[in-house]
Amino acid sequence: MDTATPAVTAALHDGTAVIAETGQVDARRHGELLLPAVDRILAEAGVTLDAVTDVAVGVGPGPYTGLRVGLVTAATFGSALSVPVHGLCTLDALAYAAGRDGLEGPFAVATDARRKEVYWARYEDFRTRDGEPAVDRPADIADRLAGLAVAGAGALLYPEAFPDARGPEHVSAGALASLAAERLAAGDSLLPPQPLYLRRPDAQVPKNYKVVTPK
Amino acid sequence: MADEPLVLGIETSCDETGVGIVRGTTLLADAVASSVDTHARFGGVVPEIASRAHLEAMVPTIERALKDAGISARDLDGIAVTAGPGLAGALLVGVSAAKAYAYALNKPLYGVNHLASHICVDQLEHGPLPEPTMALLVSGGHSSLLLAPDITNDVRPLGATIDDAAGEAFDKIARVLDLGFPGGPVIDRLAREGDPKAIAFPRGLSGSRDPAYDFSFSGLKTSVARWIEAKRAAGEDVPVRDVAASFQEAVVDVLTRKAVRACKDEGVDHLMIGGGVAANSRLRALAEERCEKAGIRLRVPRPGLCTDNGAMVAALGAEMVARNRPVSDLGLSADSSLPVTETHVPGAHAHGHDHVHEISKDNLYS
Ligand SMILES: [Zn+2]
Repeated sequence: MDTATPAVTAALHDGTAVIAETGQVDARRHGELLLPAVDRILAEAGVTLDAVTDVAVGVGPGPYTGLRVGLVTAATFGSALSVPVHGLCTLDALAYAAGRDGLEGPFAVATDARRKEVYWARYEDFRTRDGEPAVDRPADIADRLAGLAVAGAGALLYPEAFPDARGPEHVSAGALASLAAERLAAGDSLLPPQPLYLRRPDAQVPKNYKVVTPK
Repeated sequence: MADEPLVLGIETSCDETGVGIVRGTTLLADAVASSVDTHARFGGVVPEIASRAHLEAMVPTIERALKDAGISARDLDGIAVTAGPGLAGALLVGVSAAKAYAYALNKPLYGVNHLASHICVDQLEHGPLPEPTMALLVSGGHSSLLLAPDITNDVRPLGATIDDAAGEAFDKIARVLDLGFPGGPVIDRLAREGDPKAIAFPRGLSGSRDPAYDFSFSGLKTSVARWIEAKRAAGEDVPVRDVAASFQEAVVDVLTRKAVRACKDEGVDHLMIGGGVAANSRLRALAEERCEKAGIRLRVPRPGLCTDNGAMVAALGAEMVARNRPVSDLGLSADSSLPVTETHVPGAHAHGHDHVHEISKDNLYS
């Protein structure tokens, strides 16, 4: 599952291949869409959640509210079913999807971080990240990524900074699940299922928080 | 009784991650993780900090509640969760967890109203609620007078604050007096050593032409702040205990007067007081005094059940199961401004029409 970007996506992988996958792009309805999506792919595959042996979830970076939907859902599945929950960097899954689409390294991926910034990372090849993910203004990293293809919505949004912007626009849970299955099979360790926020919280107390005036 | 519904409730509407487990009206577990200390230095609840804390605490708190109750999740008859009102991003963590839990365990899901839960929690303390029940809910987020003929599907708002919540007023006055956050407990403590009649602070909306059941604490807050500032400007010491006592008296005087009047007007002989401010010792004492005089039975849960917690959500969920109310579906969403009249959020099929609540755009990204 991945909810770190506007895409709400879920997939089922049997260790060999993706057997069901779904995704919807709606930045404001992660909470509503994720469980029905999970239910849909399981129904399509003809199994119930009990059959799942591992849960993999995108840990971001991503705008926070949606990101937490996937993470808390994954953690709760893990607890209810007593199965391990693995985190993967959402940018890694996007890079993996870009690689399968034929993009060869080195390249970069970028997602929309809102506030005129992008989350981004550079890749040697589609399985190998070069450095840690970061959040920056496009103009501030344009020089560092000059000459590289940059995949993802964050690149497509800012063509002046990323002239070689391309798809895939959004991460797919199918790519995320495939990458997780590959790494698990290789005995690699994955990330803990904890959010990669990359930004400190806005410490602002809203005026009249939680006021409920039934009128 | 073993055949009463066994329900787990999840509450994340503000800064407490609460998970409670009840069997009917019996409390089995009440696990709470609070991020209040993190918010203290900001003088109020910071939504993004609250949401981050909920995510971290959610699963450990569920597991602690199950352990405390000594039950297996497989035995649950339902999962209840606060669907609103509250902070959008905070609610979303609990709603997502509840849906995942209900789905993984194949249990019915009940998205319930936070305010109705505050009322229903008293069943865990004093047994089944009389019908109707009059409820005064006072906290940092709400100040309402509610008439509840049936806590599972008929809650009627009689009045509410038109500006600040009662608990907010305590927080703000505590800030003016440099007493820290939250303000309720420290003002309560200092007020015990002060004179509640020392300063005549105004009673908001208490005129004969004012709405009988609405509250206003903004004017009081300004008046108290002005009084303190005038003292300081004159180079005099601020009598903190007298200010605390007089301010607190003004708040609880209005709250109890209006609540008792509502009971008399509606012919209700029970008054329930809930919400964080219900822990205030003077509010309890004055309500006791006035209710006794008016022949009204007062029900106030212990302080731990008045503040936000998961047990209250479980209590309402158990009542939903017991009364066969329609379940929520997997599309259940958090609704930061869920009206108090919507005691629960049944699924689209149960309703016969699409009943999907949009999460308000605010608070989605920070
Ligand atoms: Zn509350």
